[in-house]
Amino acid sequence: MKHVPFFPPPTAATLKGPPVNFAGLSPLIALLGGAAIVLLVGLLGRRVRHRLVPLLTLTALGAAAGLTIWQWNEDKAILSGALRIDDLALVLNLILVAGGAAAVLLAWRSLAAREAGHGEFYALLLTSIGGMSLLAAAQNTVALFIGLELLSIPLYVMCATDRIRETLASGEHPRFGQQREHSLESGLKYLIIGSVGSATLLYGLALIYGATGNTDFGAIAAAISTNGLSTNVLLLTGIALSVAGLAFKASVAPFHQWTPDVYEGAPTPVTAFMAVATKVAALGVFLRFFDVALVGAQNSWGPAVAALATITIVVGNVGALGQSSLKRMLAYSSVAQAGYMLAGVAVATQLGVRATVLYLAVYLFMNLAAFAVIVARERETDLGDSTRALAGLGRERPLLAWPMTLAMLGLAGIPATAGFIGKFYLIDAAVSGGYTWLGVVIVVGSMISLGYYLPVIAAMWMREAPAAAGPSAAAGGSPAPGGPPLPAIAGASSELDGNAIAGGSLTLDADANPIATSAASASRAAGPQLEVALVAILAGAATLFFGIIPQPLFDLVRHVGSGLGLF
Amino acid sequence: MPPLSILIWLPLACGVVGAALAGVDQRAPARVALLGSLAALGLSIGYIADYHSGAGLQHVTDVVWIAALGIHYKLGVSGLNVFLVGLTTLLFAASMLSLNVRKGAPKPERPALFFFLFTLAESAVLGAFLAQDLALFVAFFDLMLIPFYFLVGIDWQPSASGAQASGTGARAAGGRAGGEMDGRPDRVKATIKLVIYTLVGSLLMLAAAIAAGVLTSEQHGTPLTFVLSSLHALPLSTGSQEWIFLCFAAAFLVKMPAFPLHGWMPDGYRAMPIEVLMVFSGVLSKVGAYGFLAIALPLFPRAAVHFQTLMLLIALASILYGSVMAFTQTNVRLIAGFSSVAQLGFITLGIFALNPQGAQGALLQMVNHGLVVAPLFFIIALLAQRAGGSEDVRDLGGIAFRAPVLATLFLIVALATLAMPGSANFVGEFLILLGVFKAKLVIAIVAFSGVVMASVYALRLFIRAMHNRVREGVDRSEIGQRELSLLDGAVLVPLVAVIVFLALYPQLALHRSEGSVKAAVASVEAP
Repeated sequence: MKHVPFFPPPTAATLKGPPVNFAGLSPLIALLGGAAIVLLVGLLGRRVRHRLVPLLTLTALGAAAGLTIWQWNEDKAILSGALRIDDLALVLNLILVAGGAAAVLLAWRSLAAREAGHGEFYALLLTSIGGMSLLAAAQNTVALFIGLELLSIPLYVMCATDRIRETLASGEHPRFGQQREHSLESGLKYLIIGSVGSATLLYGLALIYGATGNTDFGAIAAAISTNGLSTNVLLLTGIALSVAGLAFKASVAPFHQWTPDVYEGAPTPVTAFMAVATKVAALGVFLRFFDVALVGAQNSWGPAVAALATITIVVGNVGALGQSSLKRMLAYSSVAQAGYMLAGVAVATQLGVRATVLYLAVYLFMNLAAFAVIVARERETDLGDSTRALAGLGRERPLLAWPMTLAMLGLAGIPATAGFIGKFYLIDAAVSGGYTWLGVVIVVGSMISLGYYLPVIAAMWMREAPAAAGPSAAAGGSPAPGGPPLPAIAGASSELDGNAIAGGSLTLDADANPIATSAASASRAAGPQLEVALVAILAGAATLFFGIIPQPLFDLVRHVGSGLGLF
Repeated sequence: MPPLSILIWLPLACGVVGAALAGVDQRAPARVALLGSLAALGLSIGYIADYHSGAGLQHVTDVVWIAALGIHYKLGVSGLNVFLVGLTTLLFAASMLSLNVRKGAPKPERPALFFFLFTLAESAVLGAFLAQDLALFVAFFDLMLIPFYFLVGIDWQPSASGAQASGTGARAAGGRAGGEMDGRPDRVKATIKLVIYTLVGSLLMLAAAIAAGVLTSEQHGTPLTFVLSSLHALPLSTGSQEWIFLCFAAAFLVKMPAFPLHGWMPDGYRAMPIEVLMVFSGVLSKVGAYGFLAIALPLFPRAAVHFQTLMLLIALASILYGSVMAFTQTNVRLIAGFSSVAQLGFITLGIFALNPQGAQGALLQMVNHGLVVAPLFFIIALLAQRAGGSEDVRDLGGIAFRAPVLATLFLIVALATLAMPGSANFVGEFLILLGVFKAKLVIAIVAFSGVVMASVYALRLFIRAMHNRVREGVDRSEIGQRELSLLDGAVLVPLVAVIVFLALYPQLALHRSEGSVKAAVASVEAP
């Protein structure tokens, strides 16, 4: 498209902008424009905005998805090569939009969104997705950094939006004060650590620029190969710092320490969004940056990334063992899953890219199903995100128990779920890329992961609902007669003979019951959570469906690696 | 004959239909599942009758499942799996029948879920036996564990077990060593232990299977494929074969279970409902042994030769350890469980004799063991019922004269277990020992002691359970009828009839499997 200035150039000093390809930018425009509209509509009256704002957000996401599909099979550089619209960007866009839409549905009735002002919350969400979308298409280091910041800053705020608990804390019960601190602490922690990560990344990018004299990925790759820079100290230092910076974002060990705390403290819909979308964006940029710009130096960073993947798999899986908070468990599990996907990055092959992207899609379904169930149980019981909140779910609420079961089996990589296919593909990529040992590491990680995924399933199907599980137990069917009054409580803790402890804390919860119920009833009053159940069921069904008929996923990712600088 | 997919998925389809009908009638799931398993049994008998000896793979279904990974949905009947498929459908049908008619059988509170899982298990096991693609085999192999995870772990009768626990507890207080016999392990812990043990092996196998496919395609420059026959035609380099073989062996040995990897067995066996245990012990252990014969030997022949001594020693250790444990245990389930360890040791021994006699004996013994262990567990359930729920051998006894039919059937099963000459088990063990005798003389001589020990534990179990003085618990038992009831007989008699039939006519199995067994072993003999 020809750029037509509004005014005739008066002098030669005119700043000439690059041509803008609006078609290629259209998904991004839909997201960011949607953010602006949502923000404005959020100023309307309370009654209007409660319905309208989430609907408008969904519309914006739908528009972005539609425009992404409209751009399908395009392969072009836009904005003088700052962004690249290819299959990788488009597929990641779709995954991001799906994750965002699920987050909107999960947050629909959440107190966090309501208290943060509906408009602001959803506008931040859309902006963050916009940043991720930018990141997935970034083709030079400046766009990369802008995308990363655009992604992160809204998330810092969203993590700290759980203000309802603050209001309650002005009352007398300490429990909620603690939780509020968790949300604020979560946001602050994420802000500080995220900033350190960003700074590290920026420093690394600057060093890479210094070594190659370019910001464009393609030009960096050319400079590396023509000037033989693959052992240049400046470049390698830059790469190391960039890896560290991106590792912060993707929660790759040993840069993962923030993950469990932030995931636990943030409102659960936000946690779900972070777990899914941030991971997609971060892995996407790993793929693009390393497999395009730095592909010439693969000999240098390949083994390092493989080693990082190994550490991540081990640390994530071991850390998740014995966690009684589901969100913390899933945080560590997401660390481990990032490690699996990093294996696809390390091999730097087309197959590796495809396997990583396919796993990202699968990972989306599995995590959404799990988080949706956690959101539902947080609102139904006063046990929060503890594993105990799931006890007896298989009997009471099979429609929630099945998605959670499928999610856990999928994350563990059991056949007939999409997780098996994803893991199979990743191991295939690792072995084909000459990293057979990394394939074995993935499998060893999966073995360890059984130790924390299976107890969750056991909690749902093999343990009785706690006697004081709140109103849902009373409404959903009486506890089994004749059973022991405090049956063994589910979860990893009971693995460690923690029954006594679990029983003790249950009494504590019973004490807290009146207040907890009043707090929870605020959300429970909203009626049956159809949209949360919908997310859980759809995601669970997708996990099962793509485990049996995986061909559509393979078709989706068939060309994602073709735009990259791989052989 | 209809395609094999129907045989595999028919049980599961019945499970789904039954679950859908559960709203109408709570008994529907059990009935429909029984119908499905009987139909599957009929189909598998058809495949056995239709099997042409020496014609290779038959009734092949071959469609591409995942093109990008070269995974085919390939099924086929060969001499190796045709009888195991028959055994699977027979034992599942017997279990389903027992669930329908046995008086003390668990009456699950949620029959829809229970029978859905049980039929899923049957489908997955059949899939594992029939799969002719390595990746598909691994998928089914891992999948079959999931329904058992739920079947074992869920407390199907929470109210009943609570009442029972208090009842037995009161009795145990007076009884001798009551804590030990009634001290069932924590069900959930036992389950998680069982699943983690077996899945760890399976996951190792997953990595090894992918590596086998990918490395084969790399070393030969062929497109990626996991079809067994293609992989068989393109042998891997020796170095790759060795570590891949070890991963497969770990998975199979855990599943069997073999001596050092049997840690899940005692708790797992005691936690299972008896009908689940019948198929678990009778069929699932055979998938491991079958895997050695159908996958590990043909695909990794050089590694099999390399590790022959190691595997034989593991087998020998299993025989000795299992036998010794079997005659020191007092819990009848564990006596049968450890005798299975010993029997599976014999089977491994036969496979790793690496000659046709040993392998054929092993295959025959797989069928035999499944045929004896399932009725054994069923009889244990009947005996426990007659002894006030106790499964301690010291609480049983003295009912041989009051229940002569039951005693006779038990005696047949017990004699078959100890491989009495005249039984098919004798033929199987004879062939195995013949094969090992040719391969490794010393190991064969030590293994003979296992045969002797088998008669010790089998007869000890029979004598303790049926003869001697009438025990207190048995005497006080409120069940009026001690003799085998007609309905229980409907489960037990057909199984015993098959044992007797095979004892009279072992050629049926031997003849049909001969060609396939020779083909499987041929690659090892001339690597």
